[in-house]
Amino acid sequence: MIESSETGTNDASRTESSRRGFLLRAGILLNALAVAAFAIPIASYLLGPLRRSVFLKWISLGPVGAFPENQTRLAIYTNPFRQPWDGTTAEIPCWVRRLNGNTFQVFAINCSHLGCPVRWFPESELFMCPCHGGTFHADGERASGPPPRSLYQYPYKVESGELWVKAGEMPVMRLPKA
Amino acid sequence: MTKLKAVQRAIIEWMRLRLSSPQPPNNAPYRVPRSAVSWGYVFGSATFVVLLLEVVTGLCLALVYSPSADNAWQSLLYLNYQQPLGWYLRALHYWGSNFLLALMVIHLVQVFVLGAYKYPRELTWIGGVLLLLLTLAMALTGEVLRFDQEAYWDLAIGFALAGRTPIIGGYLVHFLMGGPIIAGATLARMFTMHVLLLPAAILALTGLHLLLVYRLGISEWPMPGRLVRRETYLSNYRTTLDREGEPLIPNGLRKDLIFAALIVLGLIVTAAVMGPKGPNGAPNPSIIQTRPHPDFFFLWMEALMGLLPAWLDTPFALIVLPILLIGLFALPLISPTGERHILRRPLSMVIAIIVFAVLITTTWLGTYDPWSPDMNAWSATPIPIAYLKGRTALELQGAILIQAKQCRNCHSLGGSGGMRGPELDTTATRLTRNELIRQILQGGGNMPGYGKALRPAEVDAIVAFLMTMHPANEPPARSSARPAETGG
Repeated sequence: MIESSETGTNDASRTESSRRGFLLRAGILLNALAVAAFAIPIASYLLGPLRRSVFLKWISLGPVGAFPENQTRLAIYTNPFRQPWDGTTAEIPCWVRRLNGNTFQVFAINCSHLGCPVRWFPESELFMCPCHGGTFHADGERASGPPPRSLYQYPYKVESGELWVKAGEMPVMRLPKA
Repeated sequence: MTKLKAVQRAIIEWMRLRLSSPQPPNNAPYRVPRSAVSWGYVFGSATFVVLLLEVVTGLCLALVYSPSADNAWQSLLYLNYQQPLGWYLRALHYWGSNFLLALMVIHLVQVFVLGAYKYPRELTWIGGVLLLLLTLAMALTGEVLRFDQEAYWDLAIGFALAGRTPIIGGYLVHFLMGGPIIAGATLARMFTMHVLLLPAAILALTGLHLLLVYRLGISEWPMPGRLVRRETYLSNYRTTLDREGEPLIPNGLRKDLIFAALIVLGLIVTAAVMGPKGPNGAPNPSIIQTRPHPDFFFLWMEALMGLLPAWLDTPFALIVLPILLIGLFALPLISPTGERHILRRPLSMVIAIIVFAVLITTTWLGTYDPWSPDMNAWSATPIPIAYLKGRTALELQGAILIQAKQCRNCHSLGGSGGMRGPELDTTATRLTRNELIRQILQGGGNMPGYGKALRPAEVDAIVAFLMTMHPANEPPARSSARPAETGG
């Protein structure tokens, strides 16, 4: 009798503790669910800029005639991915070198060293970077200084008398990824 | 007077009850070691005061500033020229940030030299280093909120550096920029960091820092031979307090009060006299006539990027710098006990001297950046007339070419022009005619080869001019393989 009553209490406490354990586990599980439901949309909101892996579009730089042969000229385009509140930051410059006819080279303005705007000097036929003195030849090949590679180039095409470049993102060492 | 003291005591008691550990209650005033009542201990409190000023001026600026890429710049001009005292608030905030960082660095050096980071104050040090990093991040994002041409290109440099990170570089840059280019989303991100995330973290950590200082007490002045031991430090400290403690209020605060007030007055005068920084040109990347410089506390970084060999700059920024920072964090964990006096810590002293020698030298170099070409020297800096007198027509033609071919952008003459390459004033004493021709055509070192851009006659003219570049009493260099020319 005493024994059975003892077993009875043990059973009761066991069910009690298993119920408490269940509630605790259910609570943890529910909170994990709630955290996930809360955090996943926020994380994908924050990672929004990464959802699109390549920001490149064909952009017209104007009629081919604006670029004399054997010369390098500055051209400015409005970034195709601009927002109205971007202001002047969407006005992106690039260097257009027309060799002859429809053969071009279009260079990004950003030095391949640390992104400063390179300047073209027709007298010495060099691009010079104002930051750390990197220089590039007319064809964009590295001439001297710290740049680790040649100037970044945009793909181009000539269509209906206009020069088009495929651009839209600021080039850095690991970009464009395509 | 006694009433005032009673109120004071009541306030202190109220704070004590809530802040101190529930150890034996004790009605004595909060005490600090007598040796800590010193002019060497005034920097932490002054840092805190300037931090509060930054919060106040920052709040004021946020009431007017427009954190939008299309008119942030205009709102800065509005602050400078139209909003009453807007220029002064901008000046206070800018110069305050410089004062804050300067005081923080001095405070860090003070704690390092006095060995005050050792047991039991390790966490105080680690929190302090984190505060320094967060404040540097504030300086960096604050520089971007001054959304001008320089801010734009400083961002471009930062992202170019981030874009070198292996594998994730591209994603990292897009995440940081909030899109494919530096634009509205980039400024919004920097604004969120500067006015929400970083200040919250800084204020929370400052609270922790002060709480730890309060709980652990202010460290006593170090004595050679008095070692920090885990077993005895706390009881020794308590004995010191009992034997020669001074009440924090007012004895422990006198010097702090005077120093902090002088700092605040100095800041006010500096801001009023120097005025706000910038903004310079509009943040329009299509205006490429620019030479971006970071603010003062990042000049050392710019100098290292400019001076390190090209193959070293990425490893330095992504590997060496993080390791040095981890070392700074871990300092109290590396040497938590032992000697506190700087003369008994020779290794610490040597490392600190090397680090500061590098920081000071590179910052000084950063103020005149000799590694940057002077992009206007070729058209704006003429050759000194003395170098043109009595020269032949060919030599003069060479002088014209040296100007026209942008040589001066990197080479100085008569002390003006770029400093990227060697000065040309004494070139003839260093290179022979053949060496000069080779160097001009093929380049080398940091010089591009001009073989494609110069005709042979032009090279002749340039070399003829450069051969005159030697002092009157020192003949030009000649090849030792040839006999000396006589009468020439």
